[in-house]
Amino acid sequence: MVARPQPKDLVLILAREFASKLALSVFIADADGNLVYFNEPAERLLGQTFAETGEIRAEAWSQLYRTEELDGTPIALEQLPSGVALLERRPAHHVFAITGLDGVRREISVTAFPLLSSTTALAGIMAIFWDVEASR
Amino acid sequence: MKVTIRGCRGSLATPGAQTLRYGGNTSCLEVWLDDGTLIVLDAGTGIRPLGLALADAQPRTIHLLLTHLHLDHLEGLGFFLPLWRPETELHIWGPPSPLEPLSLRIARYMSPPLFPVLLSDAPADVRFHDVPAEPWQIGSATIFAQPIVHPGPTVGYRIEADGAVLAYMPDHEPSLAGSIGTARPEWISGFDVARGADVLLHDAQYTEDEYSAHVGWGHSSVADAVDFARATGVRQLVLFHHDPLHTDDGLRALEARAQDCWQEDGEPPLLAMEGAELAL
Repeated sequence: MVARPQPKDLVLILAREFASKLALSVFIADADGNLVYFNEPAERLLGQTFAETGEIRAEAWSQLYRTEELDGTPIALEQLPSGVALLERRPAHHVFAITGLDGVRREISVTAFPLLSSTTALAGIMAIFWDVEASR
Repeated sequence: MKVTIRGCRGSLATPGAQTLRYGGNTSCLEVWLDDGTLIVLDAGTGIRPLGLALADAQPRTIHLLLTHLHLDHLEGLGFFLPLWRPETELHIWGPPSPLEPLSLRIARYMSPPLFPVLLSDAPADVRFHDVPAEPWQIGSATIFAQPIVHPGPTVGYRIEADGAVLAYMPDHEPSLAGSIGTARPEWISGFDVARGADVLLHDAQYTEDEYSAHVGWGHSSVADAVDFARATGVRQLVLFHHDPLHTDDGLRALEARAQDCWQEDGEPPLLAMEGAELAL
């Protein structure tokens, strides 16, 4: 028997709808770090559409792209703004480089924040990506 | 399980000649389980006549399940006769808030200058409970509460008892979270509350034209209510939370529109009517 997907936290449901209306690139992960949505502007950064990837498990997410400081130093996942928001439950911001599935290296500015539905309940995180070079 | 609709008007009590058929009292359902447990859903003005009707039975324990604390779901509490009897054990359940406990939020309404008597002065033994995230038992019923789209902390309730399922979502705007017809179930607000219910009482406050001017106010058009009921596979949709501006004639037109939208086998949607009884 195929297990029915768990219902999403209402905060995630509303966050996804909000993100779908934005022209900024937005990624949304659940409390376990699974990428549950990215909007159309974000598809260009990943080099794939959400319709193609569907939801991406936390362990597979990091394999979709490579992240590094602007000088080429690798960045650990937990040091990325999304990792900080998820693990430390606080907002974080960083400018770094990402190479997506299309092989293109892009300089991006990322702000991530935790989606807390109560003082103790983490629904997930939202990360807003800004393509620095494209905005110059 | 026997359900009596004590109030189905939305937003504001609306007595008068033009609302005689469907009623003017705000949200309240009386639910009796086969084991004799009494559950009351919401404390709109409909809870006042319920309190009077309980004068003979005088149940010692009452469970009041609040979907949220907007006034039309709370304003009857101070006029609920069992609250003023020391023998009553009143369990009030409601959605948790990140800011204040349920007792303090309700006490804001039952305190000066909004109300002459403090809630803490009511003689009944009142106990407050945040609804848990997981299903829980009240009498023979399994209750499930889930946050749903409506401004502020709001839940929908699912009551499974006596071989039947009742779902109650009087204030709900699922279309604000995306298209109901195309979304996968896990992305539909309140899906698990209503899934396969025998009866769903759901917000249908607006016509489609009216809704376009009220997006984000927390209520549904009749077409969205039908879409939600179809997506969740309910057997009987009951249109609830009637707009104060809708007369009996206007509501009948709303019901006809719902039945046009339904286009499914099974029971066509019906209007909630004050005093109506549903046997599940």
